[in-house]
Amino acid sequence: MKSIWTITKRELAGYFNSPVAYVFLVIFLLMTGAFTFMIGQFFERGQANLQPFFMWHPWLYLFLVPAVGMRLWSEERRLGTLELILTMPISPWQTITGKFIASWGFLILALSLTFPIWWTVNNLGSPDNGAIFTGYIGSALMAGGYLAITSMTSALTRNQVISFILSVVICLFLVLCGWPPVTDPLATMAPNWMVEGVAAFSVMPHFERLQQGVIDSRDLIYFISLIGFPLFATSVIIRNLRS
Amino acid sequence: MIQVENLSKAFGPKVAVDDVSFSVERGEILGFLGPNGAGKSTTMRMITGFLPPTAGAVKVGGNDVMEKPIEAKRLIGYLPESAPLYTDMTVEGFLGFCAEVRGIGGADKGKAIDRVVDMCFLKSVRHQSVDTLSKGYRHRTGFAQAIIHDPDILVMDEPTDGLDPNQKHEVRSLIRRMGQSKAIIFSTHILEEVEAACTRAIIIDQGKVVANGTPEELKAKSELANSYIVSISGTEAAAVRDKLNSVIQSSKVTIVNDKPPTVVARVFPKNASSDGELGQAIFDVASQNNWKVNEIKKEEGRLDDVFRNITLSDT
Ligand SMILES: Nc1ncnc2c1ncn2[C@@H]1O[C@H](COP(=O)(O)OP(=O)(O)O)[C@@H](O)[C@H]1O
Ligand SMILES: [Mg+2]
Repeated sequence: MKSIWTITKRELAGYFNSPVAYVFLVIFLLMTGAFTFMIGQFFERGQANLQPFFMWHPWLYLFLVPAVGMRLWSEERRLGTLELILTMPISPWQTITGKFIASWGFLILALSLTFPIWWTVNNLGSPDNGAIFTGYIGSALMAGGYLAITSMTSALTRNQVISFILSVVICLFLVLCGWPPVTDPLATMAPNWMVEGVAAFSVMPHFERLQQGVIDSRDLIYFISLIGFPLFATSVIIRNLRS
Repeated sequence: MIQVENLSKAFGPKVAVDDVSFSVERGEILGFLGPNGAGKSTTMRMITGFLPPTAGAVKVGGNDVMEKPIEAKRLIGYLPESAPLYTDMTVEGFLGFCAEVRGIGGADKGKAIDRVVDMCFLKSVRHQSVDTLSKGYRHRTGFAQAIIHDPDILVMDEPTDGLDPNQKHEVRSLIRRMGQSKAIIFSTHILEEVEAACTRAIIIDQGKVVANGTPEELKAKSELANSYIVSISGTEAAAVRDKLNSVIQSSKVTIVNDKPPTVVARVFPKNASSDGELGQAIFDVASQNNWKVNEIKKEEGRLDDVFRNITLSDT
């Protein structure tokens, strides 16, 4: 546990010692704001909920999460410090977990800085705060899933740009395969079980249920696997890098 | 402390390390010599648990590196080739991180950092960011990281690479000092380093161990070992060659330099001749012929000569 925390601390310090972290936080907040108020027409809708806020998260994270996670392993490979860390008395999964927690913590911090919007909606009306809370949980879990995928693609290459692009593509698939504008036309061509089968991989239905305040164990299992499986793949990739 | 048993590593069809066995005990400093691409780094990466072997095993303090990696890695301090460091940290931050990963926390951490900063002369850059360090300081920071937990075993891949002569000297004396209480293995392609710091040397070439012994033993393998260099005035090269060739203890005479009135010759011994006899015989011949002997010197053998002979044989 202590070793994991040592790794996490180093990574977090790495974020905050560079201006990139602050730039990221500002961009994240500006973009959530812009999407929510301008495109989502938060005020014009006249409804006291955060649906126009959360609906953009799968898309925003598509670029922001890979940007945060792309350096996780690529940078270690580029600097050669992978050799240093893997010859220290700490197991690879501790390093993987430590790094993941640091980046996820950073993303959760960014997400929690959107609290003024929760405050606003509570001032305007009486929203379902339970649903808002589960929406935030869903958003954080989705960010974790994207991040785990980025961790995996980042272990694949020493080039951060390639790692970024790969993770965007995979995450885009996870969004699109359950996004109605894609699945609806698909449903007219392919058999229903196939469309639904593919859609089951998507973050969209799981995130939507959480936004509505529904906590279903299937959704939680989905997100836990979405985080766990790519992290496991990360450990396999790192082991294979060396043989 | 380190047992390497029939270690092999193949990268696809390429065999980088081929059935290498040796061991290093406490108090020994093993120099790992070989031309570029010989498999030195690959061997060290298997010893430190970074690369899994294709065949064979490494035991560190009795722990198999693949089966008990954490226990084995605890005992080792490792300086990888070209000393990789986290560039976004300060020297102190980096050393503190390495200490913590190795389970040194609290007040002990501060002490450990103070100790290695002192030993590796890092005081002036202690609070400087790693990415602004010069090459020498980077290397020393890598070195400091390797000894932060005062390990029983030290593995260093080209620890003096890229350092200036003074820094090389410093690092060598540091290695010598630490060698008294640790088992040390370091790779190099600088031969004088082996003579300056090692108690034993292994030469590897194309993944195979081709020589293993003390620097003296290795030097004795040189063709030049036990030959005499003699500088004579008052005669001619041809006479020197003929007369010295007829000496019973010599197998061959070569003229190294012929600048009248001085002739410099090298006299090789016959294998059977015992120590010192040849030198005496040369003096006898000189006095019989009224030559003036300016200088006579016995050659111990040269490591670079051995190295070249062993490692060039098949190219
Ligand atoms: N990861 C790798 N993949 C493929 N070949 C490698 C790898 N690492 C080393 N080699 C090859 O193995 C041989 C030995 O390399 P190395 O151990 O680095 O030699 P040295 O350190 O003695 O210069 C070289 O021919 C090198 O090209
Ligand atoms: Mg090397």
